Amino acid sequence: MNFPWLTVLIVWPLVAALATVLTGRGRSGATGGAGHARTVALGGSLVEVALAVGAFLAFDTARAGEHQLLETHQWIPSIGASYAVGVDGVALLLVGLSVGLVPLVILAAWKEQAGDHVRLRKYLAIVLVLQSFMVAVFAARDVFLFYVLFEAMLIPVYFLIGAFGQGAQRRYAAVKFLMFSLAGGLIMLLAVIGLYFQVPAADRGPQTFLTENLAGMDLGTTAGRLLFCGFFVAFAIKAPLVPVHTWLPNVAENSTPGTSTLLIAVLDKVGTFGMLTLCLPLFPEASRWAAPVIVVLGVISILYGAILAIGQSDLLRLIGYTSVSHFGFIILGIFTFTSMGTAGASFMMLNHGISTAALFLIAGFVIARHPERSQRIADYGGVRLTAPILGGTFLIAGLSTAALPGLANFVSELLLFLGVFSAVQWAAIVAVPVVVLAAVYVLLTYQRIFTGTVPAALAADGKIPDLDARERTVAGVLVAVMLLLGFVPGLGLRYVHAPAATTIEQVEVSDPPPVLGAASSDAAAALSTVGSKEVAL
Amino acid sequence: MQILGLAPWLVGFPLAGALILLVGGRRLDSWGHWLGVLASTASFGAGLALLLDLLAQPTADRVHVYSLGTWIEAGSFTLDAAFRIDPLSLTFVLLVTFVGTLIHIYSVAYMAHDKSRRRFFGYLNLFVASMLLLVLADSYVLLFVGWEGVGLASFLLIGFWDHKIENAVAGKKAFVMNRVGDMGLITAMMLMIWQFGSLSFDDVLSGAPGLQQGAATAIGLMLLLAACGKSAQFPLQAWLGDAMAGPTPVSALIHAATMVTAGVYLLVRSAPILEAAPTAQLVVVIVGAITLLFGAIVGCAKDDIKKALAASTMSQIGYMMLAAGLGPIGYAFAIFHLVTHGFFKAGLFLGAGSVMHAMDDSVDMRRFGGLMKALPWTAATMGLGWLAILGVPPFSGFWSKDKIIEAAFVGEGWRPWVFGLVALIGAGITAFYMSRLFFMTFAGRRRWPVKDGREVTPHESPALMLWPMIILAVGSVALGFVLQLGGGFTTWLEPVTGHVEHHEPVLAVPVIMTLTLVLVALGIWLAFRQYAMSAVPVEAPRSTVLVRAARQDLYQDPVNEGVVMLPGQVLTRTLVYADRAAVDAGFMSLATGVKKAADGLRQAQNGFVRTYAATSLGGLLVVAAIVWALAG
Repeated sequence: MNFPWLTVLIVWPLVAALATVLTGRGRSGATGGAGHARTVALGGSLVEVALAVGAFLAFDTARAGEHQLLETHQWIPSIGASYAVGVDGVALLLVGLSVGLVPLVILAAWKEQAGDHVRLRKYLAIVLVLQSFMVAVFAARDVFLFYVLFEAMLIPVYFLIGAFGQGAQRRYAAVKFLMFSLAGGLIMLLAVIGLYFQVPAADRGPQTFLTENLAGMDLGTTAGRLLFCGFFVAFAIKAPLVPVHTWLPNVAENSTPGTSTLLIAVLDKVGTFGMLTLCLPLFPEASRWAAPVIVVLGVISILYGAILAIGQSDLLRLIGYTSVSHFGFIILGIFTFTSMGTAGASFMMLNHGISTAALFLIAGFVIARHPERSQRIADYGGVRLTAPILGGTFLIAGLSTAALPGLANFVSELLLFLGVFSAVQWAAIVAVPVVVLAAVYVLLTYQRIFTGTVPAALAADGKIPDLDARERTVAGVLVAVMLLLGFVPGLGLRYVHAPAATTIEQVEVSDPPPVLGAASSDAAAALSTVGSKEVAL
Repeated sequence: MQILGLAPWLVGFPLAGALILLVGGRRLDSWGHWLGVLASTASFGAGLALLLDLLAQPTADRVHVYSLGTWIEAGSFTLDAAFRIDPLSLTFVLLVTFVGTLIHIYSVAYMAHDKSRRRFFGYLNLFVASMLLLVLADSYVLLFVGWEGVGLASFLLIGFWDHKIENAVAGKKAFVMNRVGDMGLITAMMLMIWQFGSLSFDDVLSGAPGLQQGAATAIGLMLLLAACGKSAQFPLQAWLGDAMAGPTPVSALIHAATMVTAGVYLLVRSAPILEAAPTAQLVVVIVGAITLLFGAIVGCAKDDIKKALAASTMSQIGYMMLAAGLGPIGYAFAIFHLVTHGFFKAGLFLGAGSVMHAMDDSVDMRRFGGLMKALPWTAATMGLGWLAILGVPPFSGFWSKDKIIEAAFVGEGWRPWVFGLVALIGAGITAFYMSRLFFMTFAGRRRWPVKDGREVTPHESPALMLWPMIILAVGSVALGFVLQLGGGFTTWLEPVTGHVEHHEPVLAVPVIMTLTLVLVALGIWLAFRQYAMSAVPVEAPRSTVLVRAARQDLYQDPVNEGVVMLPGQVLTRTLVYADRAAVDAGFMSLATGVKKAADGLRQAQNGFVRTYAATSLGGLLVVAAIVWALAG
């Protein structure tokens, strides 16, 4: 029996959450209790990181296209639902993202909610519970289990936004989030039930809902398309795709940066992850059928999100809209069915997670320096002058979001462009201006916050403190990871390369071959003035 | 062959320097700048070693690829992290590291009083590393990494003094306009993958002759768009003048000698693609011709010494672009002029920095005059640079620019006459505006600025600044002559640009040369009469329509604002409003309506449950709508 890495990764945060709640109980009023709870939560999340390292080591990248670290147990045999977990390369990366970001979020929010230690304990416990759900949803290999987790995640997020948010409209934002998500969830529930009834009665068994059992199923055209739509709509709301994105800016504006990080950088990936690992393998025909419409929506999202980001005056809303743009790109990559685009989309899920986390958390550090915690970009200016590390790390995070080479997003965005173009030329061409728009929203924001003169309302003496050791740790880790993934993209690509090929096979599409085959280039070589000698290392 | 392993280190030294300087913090303040100089020097040394190694080999064997192994493997796409060591890349390596090291040294003194000198050297090292990666890359992807890296360094250095918002805005403007060009490079890469399935130089360039006309033209034009952004060519030229907000050594290194010539490099490197696309070649020549006149005209009207030089840079790169578009007869001269220009323009900029240093950071030439005596070394070095850019024999520019003018006169039909004449007239205008700059600064009566009731007292710059200027001045004098000896430079580039038989221009060579020199003499004479013999007014006179237009950069900013920025702002505002008032409001009113209906149906008191019910119903409606839409 192999070590149940994934179950341990799912259960451990729950243990840590319980420990956090129990720490310092009864010592009312003593801030010491709160401090301990923080330490316990951080320690717990770091142990989780160590466990995840174990899982990565146990994973065989040579077989990254297959699900590994498998565990399958009966759960509700009467409806064919099992507790089945396992990860392919893409899922493992997203598990890694969920695990890696939580300690940074806890550390970044070290001083938030610090006044009230009962509240703080609750906050930390909810974050850890959410982590457990996130790991589980990426690891789920059973459609029913996936659905249950997909819905269950809403509850901790609802509280993180509504109860612990910073904005005046946090309750409104929380309800709006819930409303959109539940609407999507309900549609998905219908699809899950419909899927069950599509399985011939004779074939139904205790493992009916296992993804691999459903994937090979021969669905009728109409049924397949309807069920596809059920799943897709739920995922499109989560991811979010224009026009069902409007919950996101409210949430980003009214949540703490930590919550936005968990929600937008990690949890929303469930949407694109679901498209990639459920929609495509379960409904290949329907995916190809719906692709033209989805491609249009994806292209619209890319440009629309970027243009709206430029027009925002609230820093956190702005970051929210940049994500709409990126999710559009990921979805475009998934639904143009090329191995390059699919690999790019999968890798982008990781990179976007890290860059967006960096943007949200560092923006949080900026906001924490304003006497009134203003999120209005116009209330800032000249911050870099006395806080160069803050300015530098924010710029790096922003440039990574804008896919500057050498930083995380670049290689994935390039692969997306190349892949999309080789299949659907017009979509890539129409999306290209996003490289200018992204530069504008990043640099305009940087210019307004970090350059020029310091407004008196921000700091009367013009001095804004730079990052302290705790904040430097958070920003430093994220910057290091962005640089690492930018210069050594193989670190992430080795996990998505093989799954991309598997996905393309599942949708029954093959990569378009280059226009000029090998034959013509041989003839051309003789004409060319360029020759070179390969040098062995 | 072990020596090829130095190629990654060329990039590695300055990259390490940049990292150490930027992460190291204040404790490096006292000696960090010397670390920056060392890193640049180390790259120069490595480049020199590679050069000697290459020279020892037969001409045909001088193209090498050194791979560090697979860099990207994703789906059907694979790419090595590979470096290309050949005469073209090494030419750039030596230009960048030699001029770069001199400018590093100059900056030690120039930036001595700046609290952020360490950060400055960090950025400068970052620039050198990126520029070397750009020219050494063996694929369009890796080239793009360097391409964006130099753009980032340029952005950081233009906005180096970003407490002044206008400097920060200038940096942003440069980056964003460069990104417009980058759309071209990204699109070109997409087209290449579509056509060749690869982005390495070998695959793309050897496959280029097999391209269909349309595809070749598309790739060629996209590469040109990229080149226009990076090299400030029409219509993406507007950022270069504003880029002068950066410290002067930056203007010398990045915005004169090296980075802005990367567009020319890109086109010459991609020569087989352009040769497969005659239409794209013609557009390249036209862009070059327009820009060389544009820059020259603007240069005549600028009173800011740095902006006059920037306009001149734009114009000179126009010459290089024009040459690159002419095909095989032009490549070698484009690169040759690029090298000589790198020397004399860097020297001119460093000279301008020295003048500014002496004149209390003033850049207004109307406030200079008569500085010859006070700044003899600066005047002498700038004077040699001036003669070089004019193309006066035997100075460097004569050997490179005159060759481009001659090449422009080669061909059939109307083209040689039009492009040849433009190049010729450009030479005359160049002579006028550069002489104007030189005379306004060093000749005539002094018109020095007055501060606190006292006139500034100019002083010659320290040795650390003068020596780089002197070395560049020597280059301005002799480099052109030395490199052309026995056709040396064109032969050296042949493994990359191919061998070209001599072509006879439509006018005899001596005629072209004579005409050029007459126009140059005329330009000098006009400038001498107006700026050396007569008094220069301290305030710019109102002057003619053309002069006023030229002062306003031929209205490039109002045009950009009206055509691009204003519609963009309107679109952004409209969409922001529509997102709230239409898209969001639509969903919310749907939800409210559903909620009201649900409230009527059931008497649930719990808010949570009620919301659930409401949204469930909403969800059902959406499903129904979708089913209906799909069925219909």
